[in-house]
Amino acid sequence: MRLRYLTLTAVAFFSAFPLYYSVVVASRHNSALAEVPPPLLPGGNFLANVARVFDTVPFGLALLNSVIVAGSISIAVMFFSTLAGFAFAKLRFRGRNIMLLITVATMMVPVQLGIIPLYLLMVKLEWTGTNYALIVPALVNAFGVFFMTQYLTRALPTELLEAGRVDGCTTWGLFWHVVLPAARPAAAVLGMLTFMSAWNDYFWPLVVLNPDSPTVQVALSTLASGYVNDYVLGLAGTAVGTLPLVVAFVLFGKQIIGGIMQGAVKG
Amino acid sequence: MSSLPLAVPGRRRRRGIRHTLDVRVSPYAYVAPFFLLFCAFGLFPLVYTAWVSLHEWTLLSDEHTFVGMDNFGTLLADGYFWNATFNTLSIGVLSTVPQLVLAIWLAHLLNRRLRFQTLFRVSLLLPNVTSVVAVVVIFSQLYGRDFGMINWVLSWFGAGAIDWAAGTATSHIALSTMIMWRWTGYNALIFLAAMQAVPRELYEAATIDGASNFTQLRKITVPMIRPTMIFVVIVSTIGAMQIIAEPLLFGASTGVAQGGAANGGPDRQFQTLALFVYEQGFTKFDFGYASAASWLMFLAVVIVAGVNFLITRRVKGGLV
Repeated sequence: MRLRYLTLTAVAFFSAFPLYYSVVVASRHNSALAEVPPPLLPGGNFLANVARVFDTVPFGLALLNSVIVAGSISIAVMFFSTLAGFAFAKLRFRGRNIMLLITVATMMVPVQLGIIPLYLLMVKLEWTGTNYALIVPALVNAFGVFFMTQYLTRALPTELLEAGRVDGCTTWGLFWHVVLPAARPAAAVLGMLTFMSAWNDYFWPLVVLNPDSPTVQVALSTLASGYVNDYVLGLAGTAVGTLPLVVAFVLFGKQIIGGIMQGAVKG
Repeated sequence: MSSLPLAVPGRRRRRGIRHTLDVRVSPYAYVAPFFLLFCAFGLFPLVYTAWVSLHEWTLLSDEHTFVGMDNFGTLLADGYFWNATFNTLSIGVLSTVPQLVLAIWLAHLLNRRLRFQTLFRVSLLLPNVTSVVAVVVIFSQLYGRDFGMINWVLSWFGAGAIDWAAGTATSHIALSTMIMWRWTGYNALIFLAAMQAVPRELYEAATIDGASNFTQLRKITVPMIRPTMIFVVIVSTIGAMQIIAEPLLFGASTGVAQGGAANGGPDRQFQTLALFVYEQGFTKFDFGYASAASWLMFLAVVIVAGVNFLITRRVKGGLV
């Protein structure tokens, strides 16, 4: 029993330490990194380093882009996933089960291998260098649809929908007045998960955006890839660009984890 | 799964065609956005890759000459391609196998009444919330040759200053630990979710029979969560075959990749297949050649995932 706590505490420590240490480095001066032993407590240089981040890359614009992209994707995913989840969970139509199966199966398709034609498509649509290239392909995804289907199957009483029908509601009316309010808890979790993954997305924005209007992750990678290794600069950017998300996760951790585990249990 | 019945037969006729349309057709409209989007931005590019791969197709020229299988022939004779294949498999095995074993073990440890349950879970998932860019930047610093903390700790045991990014084996180890750090906790929670569905009585009976903790893990837990294991193994395999951001950023942030981070180090010691595709497509703008590499990679993903599926399916309680 004691061994169990010891092991888990050690794992928790190794999970958290790199993040803590990045803050330590981000708040120091470059010369402190050469000290032996390495510094283990934060220093007082954090704000100066952050100012340097904003001087080196268009970080304000990057933050704005990331908020717009991750925000619109989250709202769209919540809406379309609830809509499709409602249909899969509670409506009867020909081909429903096979379509749901296909939806789940698409999660295993390695779509990243189509990245070159996807890029060519964006060139054709003249979306390269714009946030459309990030937002439109991500408006809804299989995970979200599956996640909401599972939740609504379990949590939305069919009697409620039948009562709505008797009152003369159309299907859309049911969705708007009954399903959307009932789906709120799960949709909120889905929204947070989506926001995080959209915020953290790196490779596709790198390919399709221009360096003068990046997302946070692209800007961070620019910071980190100078010819001179300025780790302090890179980690100060990291602290501003990703730690707010980590803090939000710690605050809502219980709900988010519940969501991840819910989505994991396959029928 | 319970469903909303269609309208009661006798009543349906009176409600007219709008109602019929609403009940019969609107469900398709509700699920359509996903399928349309997936076809346009997922399936179509994947299939179109095959078409592009049969052409000499570059950014500079509007002419796309049909060259048949030429790109594939060149590719199979390209040493860099095979080097990238080896690196992908090596990093894939090094990161995935220990990760999944550790994840099952952690899930097993968490699958009891435990104080601080939420705290442990949240901390396990912290790395997964961290972006890949942040992970690589942080670990590049930790793995630094001269002032990195990892070399400092190793020096207590008499190790010299290791230049992690320079060697093939060391860079693969460094990249694998980054991937493991980011994904172990996530997979542990997925396993935990499956384990919670295993009936408690099985463990109670096994405890009465005197089965040790490890025996219970082997003989009860692993066989009972096999469907989830298969799913996780397949998804992890597909993910591991497509690793790109880690080597790309590792090359850039350690500064070893002089002349472009897409080569995966001066000796291409950690260039993965996906990174090879990126190098051909987005630094040399040879879209035809890159698409051919994508297709061979797709084949490799299917083969490796298929083999892993067969292996996982055969895992019986006693074998793990």
